[in-house]
Amino acid sequence: MLTIKNLHAEVDGKQILKGINLEIKKGEMHAIMGPNGSGKSSLSSVLAGRENYTVTQGEVIFEGKNLLDMSPEDRAREGLFLAFQYPVEIPGVSNLHFLKTALNEIRAYHSLPAMESKEFLKLTKEKQQLVDFNANLMNRSLNEGFSGGEKKRNEVFQLAMLDPKLAILDETDSGLDIDALRIVAAGVNKLRSADKAFMVITHYQRLLEYIVPDFVHVLYNGQIVKTGTKELALELEEKGYDWLKEEVHQKESV
Amino acid sequence: MRNSNEIIDDIANREYEFGFTTDIEMEMAPVGLNEETIRFISAKKEEPQWMLEWRLKGFQAFKKMQFPKWQHFEMPELDLQKLSYYAAPKKKKQLNSLDEVDPELLATFEKLGIPINEQKALAGVAVDVVFDSVSVATTFKEKLHELGIIFCSFGEAVRTHPDLVKKYLGTVVPHSDNIFAALNAAVFSDGSFVYIPKGVRCPMELSTYFRINAENTGQFERTLIIADDDSYVSYLEGCTAPKRDENQLHAAVVELVAMERAEIKYSTVQNWYPGDKDGNGGIYNFVTKRGICKGNSSKISWTQVETGSAITWKYPSVILQGDDAEGEFYSVAVTRNKQIADTGTKIYHLGRNTRSRIISKGISAGHSDNTYRGLVQVGPRAANARNFTQCDSLLIGDRCGAHTFPYIESRNSTATVEHEATTSKIGEDQIFYLNQRGIETEKAVALIVNGYAQEVLNQLPMEFAVEARKLLSITLEGSVG
Ligand SMILES: Nc1ncnc2c1ncn2[C@@H]1O[C@H](COP(=O)(O)OP(=O)(O)OP(=O)(O)O)[C@@H](O)[C@H]1O
Ligand SMILES: [Mg+2]
Repeated sequence: MLTIKNLHAEVDGKQILKGINLEIKKGEMHAIMGPNGSGKSSLSSVLAGRENYTVTQGEVIFEGKNLLDMSPEDRAREGLFLAFQYPVEIPGVSNLHFLKTALNEIRAYHSLPAMESKEFLKLTKEKQQLVDFNANLMNRSLNEGFSGGEKKRNEVFQLAMLDPKLAILDETDSGLDIDALRIVAAGVNKLRSADKAFMVITHYQRLLEYIVPDFVHVLYNGQIVKTGTKELALELEEKGYDWLKEEVHQKESV
Repeated sequence: MRNSNEIIDDIANREYEFGFTTDIEMEMAPVGLNEETIRFISAKKEEPQWMLEWRLKGFQAFKKMQFPKWQHFEMPELDLQKLSYYAAPKKKKQLNSLDEVDPELLATFEKLGIPINEQKALAGVAVDVVFDSVSVATTFKEKLHELGIIFCSFGEAVRTHPDLVKKYLGTVVPHSDNIFAALNAAVFSDGSFVYIPKGVRCPMELSTYFRINAENTGQFERTLIIADDDSYVSYLEGCTAPKRDENQLHAAVVELVAMERAEIKYSTVQNWYPGDKDGNGGIYNFVTKRGICKGNSSKISWTQVETGSAITWKYPSVILQGDDAEGEFYSVAVTRNKQIADTGTKIYHLGRNTRSRIISKGISAGHSDNTYRGLVQVGPRAANARNFTQCDSLLIGDRCGAHTFPYIESRNSTATVEHEATTSKIGEDQIFYLNQRGIETEKAVALIVNGYAQEVLNQLPMEFAVEARKLLSITLEGSVG
């Protein structure tokens, strides 16, 4: 579904991604871990097409198409979804109105007619229950005045509504209370299917107990320095990142 | 992918949708401004002597006045001697019904989406249509008449209800108020007149639609609305003009009078031709609008959505004379290209426990300049007066300007005056967030701007809120910062 080859990217003249290679297949759940500032959010931004990142080398193929050639909105319409680490607030725009606009834009791209209000409301209700999202938040302005946790849960609700092929979750678990974490994880699990894939960025092994990953990758200094299975997350939890950093530096000095 | 600058340039190049002209036989006054012109207009309109005298008083005042200098823009050169002060579609005889209106005119309004045919009219909206200088059609007259409501052209009111006109004309905006108001008093052509009798709640929106068509003319209409005790009326004006290379002056006057416990809601959706992207042509919209809450517990509310005109320069005001009276001002002013807006409100708290609320949302794009200027004055008698002002500016791109000049003069220590102001840019983060959900940049901007203006748009009557939303989206399509 997604193939990242030797991806290099910079922002404001600073090299952030330094040769990322990653293959994500349908049905897979990939976890990305790594110390602060290692480039995890940068990777998701580059994939989603944020304007201030410049790709200097490498390529990304998404469902057979060159992802990097597409505008951010077309990437979304092709089925790439990013749950933001820091969702923005848009005052005065109702959450539902926004979602309806988004949904219909995506449908139009696939030559589907706009969804009828009735059908849309039905879908809303269904997804809201699926991910256990607070119905009161649906009519409020988009993320305006939402608590940190509410914003994260809204990202998951949007994910459920827009039903993408590939979902990137950037620290969606950060800021959630223990119950919310379990609920959100359950929601994500319900959205998993054989033809969808996930890339979950997290700092906490705890999330991966609920959402069991097929692969765990460690990003450090703009590169994936280690790939393993869920046991790797446990190991990191126990030992931290220092041993990995040392390994990298040793390799570099050879 | 297009970058922000390309997209910004795009809006600059957007065409003005209503810029066509109508070919119709016109009757015009000779070019120039003098006593003769005024007598000509008055005679054309078959006015009584008192009306002519009032005009001449206005002209005397005008001659002694000079253009103001305090505004936040360079005053364009205005040669008032080069204008024609009267232009009317030629008609053979008095019109008795809408069917007799020139089909060319009807077609024009059809094109503008203004239904003046009663069958087709928006449900629940009575429309008065002013083409250049004269009112050409007023709908739903009969229905309103049954309730004792008077809704007609100003000229007709002078003829049919001279006592009411005489009693209120110039009581809110005197003939010598300011140079443009004085000019209007001298040469005003037509406009709308509304009287709502005691205890009547006007069951439909009253609406006037202004269209400038003729070349080298100014438009000087005058609106007078009186809401008698315990009555209510909601009134809306809309406007467009053809594209012309020269600037055209629009110097209207609006007077509102609210008696005991009466309420007047006055909404404007202003979309005069704004000029081209280099600032050529466009309407100078220099308008004096003022309302007086004469009665206790009366209320006047101004709502304006301003997207057009080369220069918009006006301060719809409220004089809160009665105790417990309430004034409101809700405004969205959009400027782009080289447009200028210097607008805001003045609220005079005279009565006890008077309240006012000002919500102003400026949106600037391109090389435009958007100024909010507001005055809140509290008189010595206005115990417990309260004002809240919220004044926001939204910038799109980095070549435009936003300015805020709030003036507060309080002479009563029990008054509370609150002022909040914010300036923000449409954030790349916001746009990217919406892009990431499949929404392209142009739509994203429209969504953000509509959200930003929400509080003001909510004040508009339903049918017009939809229109205003569309207008905002079209006006700003593709503007990113
Ligand atoms: N506009 C910018 N200019 C300069 N440096 C930047 C810019 N944006 C990001 N960076 C840097 O890029 C590096 C990677 O940041 P990124 O947000 O991708 O890290 P992360 O792995 O997501 O970290 P965290 O776990 O804290 O979320 C950081 O050192 C950050 O400071
Ligand atoms: Mg991050």
